Amino acid sequence: MNAFKRAGNATNVFARSWANFVIKYKWPVLLATLILAIGLGSQGNMEFDGDYHVFFSKSNPELEAFDALQDKYTKDDNVIIVLSPSNGNIFTKENLTAIEELTAESWNTPYSSRVDAVTNFQHTSAVGDDLYVDDLSYNSSLKTDAEILEIKEKALKEPLLVNRILNEKGSVTAINITVRLPGIDLNEIPGEVTPFVRNMISDFKEKYPNFEVYTSGLIPMNTAFFESSMNDMGLTMIMLIIVIITTFILTRNIWSTLATLIVVLLSIMSAIGFVGLMGIKLTPPSSVFPTMILTLAVADSIHILVTMLQKMRKDGLNKVDALKEAMRLNFMPVFITSLTTVIGFLTMNFGDVPPFWDLGNITAFGMGMAFLYSTTALPALMAILPVKSKVKKEETKVRKDWYASLGNYVIKQPVRLTIISVLVIGGLTFLATKNTFNDEFVNYFDETVAFRTDTDYIRDNLTGIYNIEYSIGSGESGGINNPEYLKGLNAFEDWLNEQPEVIHVNAFSEVARRVNRSMHGDNESYYRVPDNRDEAAQYLLLYELSLPFGLDLNNQINVDKSETRVTVTVDNITSADMIAFSKKGEDWLRHNTPEAMHAIGVSPTLMFSKLGFRQAESMLTGNIIALILISLVLMLALKNFKLGLLSIIPNVTPVLVGFGIWALYKAQINTGMVIVFGMTLGIIVDDTVHFMSKFLRARRELGYDAKQAVVYAFETVGKALVTTTIVLLAGFAVLSTSSFALNSYMARITVIIILAALIIDFILLPSLLILTSKKEVVTVKNIEATQVAFDK
Amino acid sequence: MKKIVFILTVLITLGIQAQTPEELGLQIAKAAEQADLGFNSSTVNLKMTLKNKNGQTSERSLTTKTLELTEDGDKSLIVFNSPKDVKGTSTLTFTHKVGSDDQWLFLPSIKRVKRISSNNKSGPFVGSEFAYEDLSSQEVEKYTYKFIEAKGSLVVVEQDPVDPKSGYTRRLVTYNKDKGYRFEKVEFYDRKNALLKTLLYSNYKTYKNKFWRAGTFTMKNHQSNKETILEFSDYNFDVDLSEEDFTQAALQRIGG
Repeated sequence: MNAFKRAGNATNVFARSWANFVIKYKWPVLLATLILAIGLGSQGNMEFDGDYHVFFSKSNPELEAFDALQDKYTKDDNVIIVLSPSNGNIFTKENLTAIEELTAESWNTPYSSRVDAVTNFQHTSAVGDDLYVDDLSYNSSLKTDAEILEIKEKALKEPLLVNRILNEKGSVTAINITVRLPGIDLNEIPGEVTPFVRNMISDFKEKYPNFEVYTSGLIPMNTAFFESSMNDMGLTMIMLIIVIITTFILTRNIWSTLATLIVVLLSIMSAIGFVGLMGIKLTPPSSVFPTMILTLAVADSIHILVTMLQKMRKDGLNKVDALKEAMRLNFMPVFITSLTTVIGFLTMNFGDVPPFWDLGNITAFGMGMAFLYSTTALPALMAILPVKSKVKKEETKVRKDWYASLGNYVIKQPVRLTIISVLVIGGLTFLATKNTFNDEFVNYFDETVAFRTDTDYIRDNLTGIYNIEYSIGSGESGGINNPEYLKGLNAFEDWLNEQPEVIHVNAFSEVARRVNRSMHGDNESYYRVPDNRDEAAQYLLLYELSLPFGLDLNNQINVDKSETRVTVTVDNITSADMIAFSKKGEDWLRHNTPEAMHAIGVSPTLMFSKLGFRQAESMLTGNIIALILISLVLMLALKNFKLGLLSIIPNVTPVLVGFGIWALYKAQINTGMVIVFGMTLGIIVDDTVHFMSKFLRARRELGYDAKQAVVYAFETVGKALVTTTIVLLAGFAVLSTSSFALNSYMARITVIIILAALIIDFILLPSLLILTSKKEVVTVKNIEATQVAFDK
Repeated sequence: MKKIVFILTVLITLGIQAQTPEELGLQIAKAAEQADLGFNSSTVNLKMTLKNKNGQTSERSLTTKTLELTEDGDKSLIVFNSPKDVKGTSTLTFTHKVGSDDQWLFLPSIKRVKRISSNNKSGPFVGSEFAYEDLSSQEVEKYTYKFIEAKGSLVVVEQDPVDPKSGYTRRLVTYNKDKGYRFEKVEFYDRKNALLKTLLYSNYKTYKNKFWRAGTFTMKNHQSNKETILEFSDYNFDVDLSEEDFTQAALQRIGG
């Protein structure tokens, strides 16, 4: 006899004695599992990290490049407060006074190192050999109308202000607070900076109700990340209610519902303990783990409970016997489906985005624990609880017929259905290639999030939110004053300004031109870079001596005066365009400047732009490994190499269909969606396993031909597949309401994939099973002996 | 108890009656000014080393001349010797006890003297962690004072700048009362009253048996983790400079 058979018998024996053990020692088992879950849960410590850096692994080259740039100059996180007065004119005595006041208060922001506003802009002017450097508007309340008009004219001519701090009409202005976070405590932003800024703004609005106020920048973005993590965690409650309702509908038994609830709660409690023990800081992607575990873990319980209640209701078994039978029949399927799900989630570790490692590991751990509790606490509870059930007349006849007729429909036209499926899948696969990556981080948030709408306002009315920075070297200490360098830098600045996507350029060459003009009595013809190195160096020295606290050039010039930083603000463009633009800038430098001036573009925007591509690249290996591993598990479980191979088709095609439909829906995919292949593979494989195992059982044990076996499979597992699919759809539908696109898009495409998987398993899989079985002669000789692992 | 004894000692030493911490603080500041009175003029060479967080450094070297004045603030002249492209650039500053200082700059590249009219003294001095206001003459009138504590011979006084455009809300100065009220340490608090920088004075020497001068200033910025070290050498108290050495003409002469 074959080894599989013995293994099959062995698992049966094992499952039976496990069930006996658990039921015999129901109280100790229940107590032990409770202690385990509470023990783990007590280690739980849920901390949220909203810093956007969490999305990048330590070895991420874009992050390394950006950190290197920040080390050279200053590390800048910022809050942009945008003010729009109702009269549409910044330049009135009252409005300037209000802005000046808010600017002064902004200096009190925790960890602030610099505050840039229209009022404290350091305006340089010259009269003969006297050089004046001062705030553009100081003590605005004492200014005359004529002086204010003069300030307006100066401001609207200032390239450093217009499209950055001030719009061209002078109706909207910004205060940019640069914050230098020590990065020691997770609470720095959510507990200190954000509350301070929010309070300051609400006080300001109260005092000056004529101003509309909008906030954006990296700090508000971090806050939005932080808050969306908390919100998505809140989805757990909705899912919990759905779980209770679904379980009750499916089992029609209050005690089963209670037992299921306890199992999923114990699983989540354990997962929370895992988070604490591993020191994981929760981020928006990983904060959905409770909902994920709920969704996936409830299926284990439902399978066991539905069987048990069926045995009681239909077959009239007593509670204990029904429970033992349910355990025997479901132990292996629940084990295998848990195993594939765990494998699927663990493949997230192959990616390059740490929050998804956490999501994968927490959920995998939670699923492992869910398996444990479903096979211990659940039967123990059911043995304890006073479950009663009347033997009912067969009333599911009608529905059973429905599944059978679907089976009959399929077996009549396998070739036709295969061709149609292949055409549909082929078409959608082609469409799937039309998706493009887009990780515009502003669009991670939907319009219910203030960060998104405020940022959109700022983009529409003042300046861009996305930027790229280049650190341009001169190759020698003090070389930034070399006229060759300044000319090259100036040409780069000019070239950048000509690009259609560019909104603003901040380059040192502008400072050099401005100071040169001032040194020549404000003569406009000297608004060009100095053409003598000593002159440039001495002008810079003079200029630097006249700048106030916090408004120096250290954020633009390195210590050695050998490199300067060019900051390009660009319009909202897609990730692919952003990468292309950055590359265009790099190429321009390569073709038009000496080697020392060549630089690569870096910025958080670019880091996010490349994140999806990087994730996809690194996940490829993970996905292939997941596919191989899961196919192997299937081959072992089904004890059939050919069907194991065949199973790849219904397991892979739903993802292709999913992305194909997505191309029709949004056509843009983000980093969160890269993980769905491995993840959904681990989930949808269950359908295939159940269907194929029933098919095989019919062929091997009952001696049916392929067509009959298909109908048998429909009759026996059709309902189960539909119900688990409904639970999964409900869970991911809840997640798809997240305001955070990495989660909501991932959930939405998962909904499509899971649905597609069910349809494919009902249409294409049976057709293929019939077609590939045609020439096979069924040997019925070892029917009685062969125990399929997925016997039910 | 010790504190009271100390306060009394200080009061007796000063021979003045002071009741409040404010008055006591002012007395200490005046005592420090008094102790340094009468040096007339001096010159010194100065090496400035800028260090960023990663330890990359950059150096500048300067020569400073100072003329002591009593009715108004001191006059000073700074000449840059390196980096090469700013060699010969010099600044002349008239410190005023009240109001903003006067400052001229000579630029050898264009051989002209420029007057800088700016109230800004809070920005970094040539990219260093020192603000111009940290280096300029410490006139008593530029701050209000508050005595904080005394530990042995060390006295800590809080000083709040009078200038609204200062980059600081306050600074905590540690004097050494046994060593001619020399500065041992200054802690700078920024506009939001968070510790920004600490300046440590070391390698003190006395000149003319009276004037304490530190050989090294170490300024550490706690927020940016950058550091600037000033090393003074060749102090000369016998140069006997006069007002004529601190004019625009002299500025041009020295630089050129």
